[in-house]
Amino acid sequence: MMFRIKPAMLKIAAAAWLLGATGAMADTTLEFTQWWEPELPAGSLRAIMDGFEAANPGIKVTLVSGPYATTRDQISVGAATGTLSDVVGLDGAWVNNLNAQNALADMNPMMDASGFDKSQVADIIKVDGKAVMFPVASFVYPVFVNLDLAAQAGVTKLPSTRAEFLEAAKKMTHADKNQYGWVLPLSLQTPSGVQNDMMSWVWASGQSMMANGKPDLVGKPVVDMLAFVKSLNDAGTISPGIATKTEQEKVEEFVNDRVGMMIDSLAHVNLIRKRNPKLNFDLIPVPVVENYTGKRGLPYASWGIGISAASKHQEEAWKLVQYLMSEKVNAKLVSLANAFPGNVNAKPDFVTSDKAFGKAFEIFKTGYLANEFTGLPVAEDLMTQFDVQAQKMLAGEQSPEQAAATAQKGWMAKF
Amino acid sequence: MTRQKRSHHKLKRAVAPYLYLSPSLLIIGLLMLLPMVTVIAYSFQNSAVLRRDPSFAGLKHYQAIFDDPVFWASLWHTLYFTCMSVIFHMTIGMVFALMLNSDRINPTLRNILRVLYILPWLFTAVIIAVIWRLLLEPNGVVNSILMQIGIIGSKVEWFSSPETALHAVTFANIWAGYPLFMVSLLAGLQGIPKDFYEAADIDGAKAYQKLIFITIPQLMPIIISISLLDFIWTMQVFPLIWITTGGGPIYSTEVLSTYTYKLAFSSYNLSQASASAVVILLISLGLTLFYIRYQKAR
Repeated sequence: MMFRIKPAMLKIAAAAWLLGATGAMADTTLEFTQWWEPELPAGSLRAIMDGFEAANPGIKVTLVSGPYATTRDQISVGAATGTLSDVVGLDGAWVNNLNAQNALADMNPMMDASGFDKSQVADIIKVDGKAVMFPVASFVYPVFVNLDLAAQAGVTKLPSTRAEFLEAAKKMTHADKNQYGWVLPLSLQTPSGVQNDMMSWVWASGQSMMANGKPDLVGKPVVDMLAFVKSLNDAGTISPGIATKTEQEKVEEFVNDRVGMMIDSLAHVNLIRKRNPKLNFDLIPVPVVENYTGKRGLPYASWGIGISAASKHQEEAWKLVQYLMSEKVNAKLVSLANAFPGNVNAKPDFVTSDKAFGKAFEIFKTGYLANEFTGLPVAEDLMTQFDVQAQKMLAGEQSPEQAAATAQKGWMAKF
Repeated sequence: MTRQKRSHHKLKRAVAPYLYLSPSLLIIGLLMLLPMVTVIAYSFQNSAVLRRDPSFAGLKHYQAIFDDPVFWASLWHTLYFTCMSVIFHMTIGMVFALMLNSDRINPTLRNILRVLYILPWLFTAVIIAVIWRLLLEPNGVVNSILMQIGIIGSKVEWFSSPETALHAVTFANIWAGYPLFMVSLLAGLQGIPKDFYEAADIDGAKAYQKLIFITIPQLMPIIISISLLDFIWTMQVFPLIWITTGGGPIYSTEVLSTYTYKLAFSSYNLSQASASAVVILLISLGLTLFYIRYQKAR
C-alpha cells in the first residue's frame, strides 16, 4: 500500500511545486527600503502596501525598514554595491550623492510614458535634469509661540517681521527666571539647526542662499540673516547653550515654558501636547524682512521616494511610486504621519479636526515649500561647516560677513 | 619505524598545534584582521566604498588629513583628553583605594563607600553623557550650586563655551573611569605584605614616607599596566564626546574619533576617514607594542 501511495504523493508534490514555481515567476517582488514604517502606527504602512498589492495583482512589496540613520547607511552602501532596493525612501540631503553614483533612476521617462499629471505633485526633486525624488510627505517648520508667555510679556500681536520678532523676543526674555524669547539649537552632532532654524529666515522672505546653482552665502540674504541672529544673541534673547543644543532639547525647553518662540517641525505638535497638555501655543509663519509681501518659503523636511537605477522592475516600482503619490493614498499616508501631502490635491484628515494643524495647513497652502539643502552635495557637511562659522560669530570671534565668507569658501570646495 | 613513517609522524606533530588553533585564528582573521586590512586598503583608494571601481590614490588622503588644521587640533585635544584622564583616573583611584584599604575607617562606612565609589563604572557611556549634560547645562544643578556658594557670578555654559568644553568632557570622563584604577589598586594594596609597614614603623617612618617608599613602588607594576591600557582605551573614546558636545563648540572638543566619524558619515569621504582611522590604529598599535614589551620585561 505504502509503495502505491508514494509515487502518487510525489506526483502531487511535483504538481504543487510547479504551480508554486509558475506563481512565483508570475509575481514580481519589489523591495522598498525606508525609515517610515517605525515612525508610523504599527502595521499602517504594511496595510497601504496590501492595498497596492490588491490593486496590482502580481506585484508584491517587501518592506525593508529601519531607523533613519541605519537606512541612510544602508542606502549609501547599496548604491555603491549596486544592491539598492527597487524603491527607496529618500531624504533630500542624500540625492546629490546618490545621483553622483548613478544609483537613482530618472523618473521623467516613466512620467511621460504613463501620462502622469505632474501638476498634482507638490515638488519634483531634480539633479542634473533627472527627476530623482518626489516628496511623499512633508514636515513643515513654522514658528511655535507660547501664548501665555507672550501675553505676560505684553506681546499682543504675534510677530510677522524680523523686527517684530526681535522686539517680542526681548519682551519675553527674563534671564533671571530662566526664560528666553527664542531657542537656537546648533549642536554639531546634528547640524540641522542650520537648515531649520537659520536658513528658514532666508527662505521665508522668498530669498535664497544660492545663485546660479552655486552657494551665495556672501550675498545680502544670508549675511542679513546672520546679522539678525547675532542681534538676537547680543540682546540676550536666545536660550543659553546654543553650541551643543539639540532639536529635542529645543522642544523640551519650549514644552517647559522656558522659551517663548521656536521654529520647529509640525510633527512635534502631538509630542508637545503630550508633554505639557496645559501649554497654550499657536503657530505662525517664519517672520520676514521689512516690507516683504510676496509668498513665504516654508522650510520643510520630507519623506522622499525614488527608484533604483539598478532595479530590474522599474515599471512595477513606478506603479508603487504613483500609488503613493495618488490623492487618496497620499492623504491616508500623511494623515497617519501628521505630515503635509506630496499630492497637492490630497487633504489630510487632521487639518479639519485639529485647530493647530488646520492653521499650519493654511500657512502651507499660502506659501511654498523651501529647502535649498535638498539635492546639494554632502548637505550635512555643508550644514556642519556653516554651523561652525555661526558658532564662531555668536562667540564674538568674527562678524557675520566673515562667517559668511569663510563658510562660502568651504562650500565652494564641495561643489 | 621506517624513515617515511617517522617524517609523517613529525609533520603531524608539527601541524597539530596549528590545527587546534585554527578555529580561533579563523575568527581573529575574519573579525579583526580582515576589517583592518580593508580599512587600510580604503585609505589608498579614491571614493572608497562609494564607487564600484575605486582608483588607486597613493598617499593623497594621508596628505589631505595632515594638511588639515582640524586634524592637528583633534590630535592635540585627544592627547589632552587622554593624558588628563589617565593622570586623574590614577590619582583619584589611588586616593579612594587607600581610603578603602585603611583600617581607620569604620568597616560599615567603608562598605558603603566601596559601593558609592564604584557606581560610575556601572553606567554606560550614553548614560554618563546624559547625566553630565543635565548637570552641567546652563540652568543645571552644578551652576545653581556654584552660584549659591558664590564661586561663579553668572551661568557658565560648560559644554557650549569653547573655553570650558574640553575641560568639561575630560571631567566627565575622569568621573566615569577612575573605578578601574581604584579596584585594581585596592587589590594591589591588599597584596602588600604587612611586614614592610611594620619595619617602616620601627624605623620611625612617617605616613607619606611609607606611601612613597613602600606603597607606590609595590603598586608600580599595576599602575604602569593599567595606565597603558587606560591610555589606549581613552584615546578611542567616542560616545561620551559625541553625545555631550558633538566635537564642538567650533572645534574645541574635536578628537580623532569624532573627526574620523564626521569625515565618514557627514562628508561621506570614506577614503579620508579610513586614512584618519589608520593613523589612530598606528598610535594605538605603538602603545600596545609598548605595553606588550613592558609585560614581557616583567
